[in-house]
Amino acid sequence: MASVKMPQLGESITEGTIGKWLKQPGDQVKKYEGLVEIITDKVNAEVPAPLAGILKEIKVKEGTTVTVGTEIAVIEESMPATAAPTRPAPTATTEAVPSTPVGEGQGGGATTRLSPAVRALIEEHRITDAELSRIEGSGIGGRISKKDVEDFVAKRAQPATANGEQRQTAASLAATPAATPGTTIPLSPMRRAIATNMLKSKQTIPHAWTVAEVDMTNVVRFRQKAKDSFKLREGIDLTFVPIIVKAVVEGLKAVPVLNASWSEQGVVLHQDINIGVAVSVDDGLIVPVVHQADRMSISGLAKAIDDLAKRARAGKLGIPDVQGGTFTVNNPGTFGTILSYSIIAPPQAGILAMDAIVKRPVVVEGDAIAVRSMMNLCLSFDHRVLDGVSAARFLQGVRRWLEGFSEQVPLY
Amino acid sequence: MAVKTVIEAIREGMDEEMARDESVFLIGEDVGNRGGVFLASDGLYKKYGELRVIDSPLAESCIIGVAIGAAVNGMRPIAEIQFADFIAPAMNQIIQEAARFSYRTAGDFNLPMVIRAPWGGGVHGALYHSQSIEATFGHIPGLKVVAPGTPADAKGLLKAAVRDPDPVLYLEHKRTYRLVKGDVPTGDHVVPIGKADVKREGKDLTMIAYGLMLTYCLEAAEKLAAEGVSAEVLDLRTIKPIDQAAIVATARKTGKVLVVHEDNRFAGIAAEVMAIIMENAFDALDAPVMRLTGPDVPAMPFNHVLEDAFMPNVEKILAKAKELAAY
Repeated sequence: MASVKMPQLGESITEGTIGKWLKQPGDQVKKYEGLVEIITDKVNAEVPAPLAGILKEIKVKEGTTVTVGTEIAVIEESMPATAAPTRPAPTATTEAVPSTPVGEGQGGGATTRLSPAVRALIEEHRITDAELSRIEGSGIGGRISKKDVEDFVAKRAQPATANGEQRQTAASLAATPAATPGTTIPLSPMRRAIATNMLKSKQTIPHAWTVAEVDMTNVVRFRQKAKDSFKLREGIDLTFVPIIVKAVVEGLKAVPVLNASWSEQGVVLHQDINIGVAVSVDDGLIVPVVHQADRMSISGLAKAIDDLAKRARAGKLGIPDVQGGTFTVNNPGTFGTILSYSIIAPPQAGILAMDAIVKRPVVVEGDAIAVRSMMNLCLSFDHRVLDGVSAARFLQGVRRWLEGFSEQVPLY
Repeated sequence: MAVKTVIEAIREGMDEEMARDESVFLIGEDVGNRGGVFLASDGLYKKYGELRVIDSPLAESCIIGVAIGAAVNGMRPIAEIQFADFIAPAMNQIIQEAARFSYRTAGDFNLPMVIRAPWGGGVHGALYHSQSIEATFGHIPGLKVVAPGTPADAKGLLKAAVRDPDPVLYLEHKRTYRLVKGDVPTGDHVVPIGKADVKREGKDLTMIAYGLMLTYCLEAAEKLAAEGVSAEVLDLRTIKPIDQAAIVATARKTGKVLVVHEDNRFAGIAAEVMAIIMENAFDALDAPVMRLTGPDVPAMPFNHVLEDAFMPNVEKILAKAKELAAY
């Protein structure tokens, strides 16, 4: 018997939440095979089995958070395999064997590309559409690899009864519609993590909300002028985000109490300014962190954000990439919103939403009316940590910095 | 068994063949008293004398021409081209005459000759001392091409080449000469031409290589194992005739293949290996066959930064193999 412990997934991590058990008690596990998904902040890490054997016992249920080092499962080490894996008799299933190879044009998943090897295995092991849809692809872009199918077949061949049960369930699911109208989307670990975090935030942090209206005309003009040469020189787009992040950094320098965390011992002021930038991904939202943003130029921020966003969408972020944020910037404005009430990511004290930049008639100096590019900056802050005055001072600082933007502001 | 370097294994192979068969002789630039620029023939001049270890003029066409003439008259010459890069002046002799002699005479005559050529880069040899020539000569029917990567194979294939009835281009990678050490079986150790060798068993993916790249691939495989990826390494050993069966077998086994060579990419050996796999193992593939090769630039640069950029190395192989494993 060997015990599996909650691993330390990052330097500062002291606990982890069980996202999903990939194996159930009684399942055969191979060495290094994915055993359980652990959630920390918003990154999921798959913990591999330390040795081959049979999963005897799960000690910590899904959704439970335990400290690093806690025993979470027990694996019984296996003797060298003697019995050859038995192939399930085709008669054991009530489902018809598909007459055509499974794959594109079969409905279900979008365009699943199956390699020749995978197709051959599917035919050899008479894997049905329903079963195929249950195989989780471990390849690039979720591609089902040969190994995935082999693992599935090995698992399917394991406990005869569980196997029969499973297949029956799959069949009945396919055959009868759900009892209530509508469907249930299973919770992905990311969805679950977002839910937990948001709930915790709203339940523990007294949110206050305030908005500043910013004249972005100078920034818009500057960006319009600079973006083509920037793209040519740097290979990435110059968006509004790094400019706003720069303004936020300046604002936080002026109001350090917003770059802080609440604790019962006192308000913890953070030395570094680490800005989380919310990135929407396929199945939710992830907030990678630009560490020490106060040491970066606009160009440096643009590169860092571009890199993090790309890796976020590719699912290539590491744990350190999403840890240590001290303040968050959210950009719902790209989707046209004009007022956003964001939820603070604990243990931070604030989150700023950039809303859409829209041209509006505005009264300017000399009581003239001019067409200006206007944007709302919406700040949610932890009222335990600071009060409206500080929040307003912060927004004022950000607004002045942005409105005073000129070509003299260095990009580098 | 004794641990030897590649260069020692080659020297020993020549020595044993010369001792075994009086018709075997060595000809090349500085192979005599000097013992060859890499000391491959060190001591052989003293042992066998000037009639069997012949210093040639600086003329590759002459070296090969003499060897062809001797071979057609019943001798078994080993012709050394000092650097594979210098083989160009002898190409007419090799391609038009040596490779086609048996065909031209309907098999009445054979040319049992070996052309030894130190090849490959990564030795700061720059343009004239780094080239890979296996694809160029592999294209020529009638010519056999071998490229051993270990001391045991270097010795065994040299012996097989000497005994072969046809011209064999024997490629010895300069960087492996003293870098790669390994057990060499004692006794008359002959490795058959045309047989690849699985140097490491694995199940997740296969790396196919030869020469120096074999050593790099084995190192990469070791690192992959630490990350839970089981990599098979197939050593081609012989470029021509290529071991189709072994290539197809490993492709069928793992379904994922990476071919590595330092020769230029276009129409390189990797392209041929990939074609063989596509023709014979398509239905077993789990990923596109991949290759990692030297780039299509005119020559190996001297600048060490550029040379590193040209040469595949363990890191590059590892990165590509991981890409394949993740596919």
